[in-house]
Amino acid sequence: MSERKGSTLYDRIWQAHRVRDLAPGTALIYIDRHLVHEVTSPQAFEALAAAGRSVRRVDATLAVPDHNVPTTPQRERIDDLLSRRQLKTLVENCARFEVPLIAIDDPRQGIVHVIGPEQGLTQPGMTIVCGDSHTSTHGAFGALAFGIGTSEVEHVLATQTLALKKARNMRIRIEGTPGFGVTAKDMALAVIGRIGAGGATGHVIEYAGSAVRSLSMEGRMTLCNMSIEAGGRAGLVAPDETTFAWLKGRPLAPSGAMWERAIAAWRSLASDADAVFDSEVTIEAAEIAPQVTWGTSPEQVAPITSHVPDPAHLEDEAGRRAAEAALAYMDLKPGTPLEEITIDQVFIGSCTNSRIEDLRAAATILKGRRRAPNVKRVLVVPGSGLVKRQAEAEGLDRIFIAAGCEWREAGCSMCLAMNPDKVPPGERCASTSNRNFVGRQGPGARTHLLSPAMAAAAAVTGRLTDVRRLLSS
Amino acid sequence: MQAFTNVTAIPIPLVRDNIDTDIIIPARYLKTVSRKGLGEGAFYTLRHRDDGIPDPASPFNQARFKDSAILVAGDNFGCGSSREHAAWALVDLGIRVVIAESFADIFDSNAFKNGILTVTLPRPAISRIAAEGEAGRAVEVSLEECRVRLADGTTYGFEIDPFRRRCLLEGLDEVALTLAEHGEAIAAFEAEQRERAPWLWETPTNALTLTKSAPR
Ligand code: SF4
Repeated sequence: MSERKGSTLYDRIWQAHRVRDLAPGTALIYIDRHLVHEVTSPQAFEALAAAGRSVRRVDATLAVPDHNVPTTPQRERIDDLLSRRQLKTLVENCARFEVPLIAIDDPRQGIVHVIGPEQGLTQPGMTIVCGDSHTSTHGAFGALAFGIGTSEVEHVLATQTLALKKARNMRIRIEGTPGFGVTAKDMALAVIGRIGAGGATGHVIEYAGSAVRSLSMEGRMTLCNMSIEAGGRAGLVAPDETTFAWLKGRPLAPSGAMWERAIAAWRSLASDADAVFDSEVTIEAAEIAPQVTWGTSPEQVAPITSHVPDPAHLEDEAGRRAAEAALAYMDLKPGTPLEEITIDQVFIGSCTNSRIEDLRAAATILKGRRRAPNVKRVLVVPGSGLVKRQAEAEGLDRIFIAAGCEWREAGCSMCLAMNPDKVPPGERCASTSNRNFVGRQGPGARTHLLSPAMAAAAAVTGRLTDVRRLLSS
Repeated sequence: MQAFTNVTAIPIPLVRDNIDTDIIIPARYLKTVSRKGLGEGAFYTLRHRDDGIPDPASPFNQARFKDSAILVAGDNFGCGSSREHAAWALVDLGIRVVIAESFADIFDSNAFKNGILTVTLPRPAISRIAAEGEAGRAVEVSLEECRVRLADGTTYGFEIDPFRRRCLLEGLDEVALTLAEHGEAIAAFEAEQRERAPWLWETPTNALTLTKSAPR
């Protein structure tokens, strides 16, 4: 008997979407769902119009404005002319090409990666693309989901396919039970700290292990969201009962007999026991402490219990220079305990951490407490209008407001400096988003990435804080 | 895509490593709805001093490079954010060829999709070509022959994927190519998937009830 090599979950989804092989390792892949937002789509629609083409499958496409939208109550009044034009262009393009659009004043509007799953658009085994690198979020459902460039957006709109090179397989197992106060965000940051910002380049990551299995869908989305920060093309979690229970009854999820048929197929979406991965990493959940970044790359991360590292101790020359530049930008001294770093701003939101569980985690810490006097602003921005309503039904908004936070409308907000929510130059922000790049939250802004509970703890004490102190008190 | 013919120009010397897409086009220029006009923001920080005044020392502000279509750079050109605006900015500046020691993957693909030829050459060749630029001598880049020719007759051969070469030479539109060559295969796939996984076809996005409105 010849030796058979098992398939990974990624191999399976790839195989099921191969329209045609183009060259060894390259195939034309069918795309099941296409999400569109205002920043990376105008030039694609423009090219489509110029060529006199139409959108091949409007029934598989969904658009939503998110990056540019203001999150203040009078949000339809957009002062920035360029933002306004970009938002208007999305509305016009959707009308012209008959693409379904969740408009800015629709109660379901929100960040594209929050509304896709929320509406049940995101389903196991699908291929999903969006002109946005954090499309990896949808991999939490066992869908192959990844970001694309604008010419590819045009290609998908016109043909519903992409010519793709097959990536390699990487498995990251997180085993055991995470400690008290340790969340999916801490796992994601610990993974990037371990393998580096380029550690998964050229790979699709499958997250496995008992700690991943125990995560809620919200936690799995946070984990998959950050795959791109490790260089991964996509991140995947095999679907299971948690996935099915979360999806059931959502507006775009199959129903009735079709639901039964779908889950029967979804149950076979897993890697074979004898599947071979090109690389494997195992992390013990119990060894992960709450994490916080100190530099300008998500890999420059450390447990909150430690210190700002000394670049002089780094052996690798390039890493040392990068660390020195990061500390200069962040205005930090080697050896400073992370818990002594004072902050000016707090941002709780973004496609990484703006779902209901994230808001509940932050509210648990903020309940009955107040924002520290040195903290100028705490922005709490739900990921969608529906998350906002749910939070309000649970009374979370009142907790936030009583604690001195601003409770906002849904959008990308302070995750990137494209809308009015920015961190002023030189100020330091404890942020639940995913990128701490130079200038990401505004020119000269300094970002520390952490979990929603850790962000809430920082809001209360005015400095980076081990949330476990507040949880046990 | 604009068909690629031979290009002869004085190469703009920009030999440094890790020129990222933020350097090529800063984030504040991403609010555009067009592929055109991005040349204005291209290499903004390299073209201007801190006070916003154009820097005469920058090659982009020197008359001899004004209409150049060739840029020569170091290692890992185009790294960082995936923004296709970087390729559009180069096209808007009139750049048709970037010669570098290596390119970041996504930039390389974005450049190709916009008709820019990316030529990978080893460091000594890069230095020599940059020196020609400094001296104000034109070089010729031939995609037919896959080589770069200097004024004194020195040539450097380069490699390129045959599919990519054909697309560039003929100015092929990738979407048109896919529809013409694979249109039937795509339709056949759709028919087969409808049978195999009908739920993918019975949950259309336009089943959502949507309100229509425009930002004021
Ligand atoms: S929240 Fe941030 S990372 Fe997510 S889609 Fe918006 S801008 Fe991108």
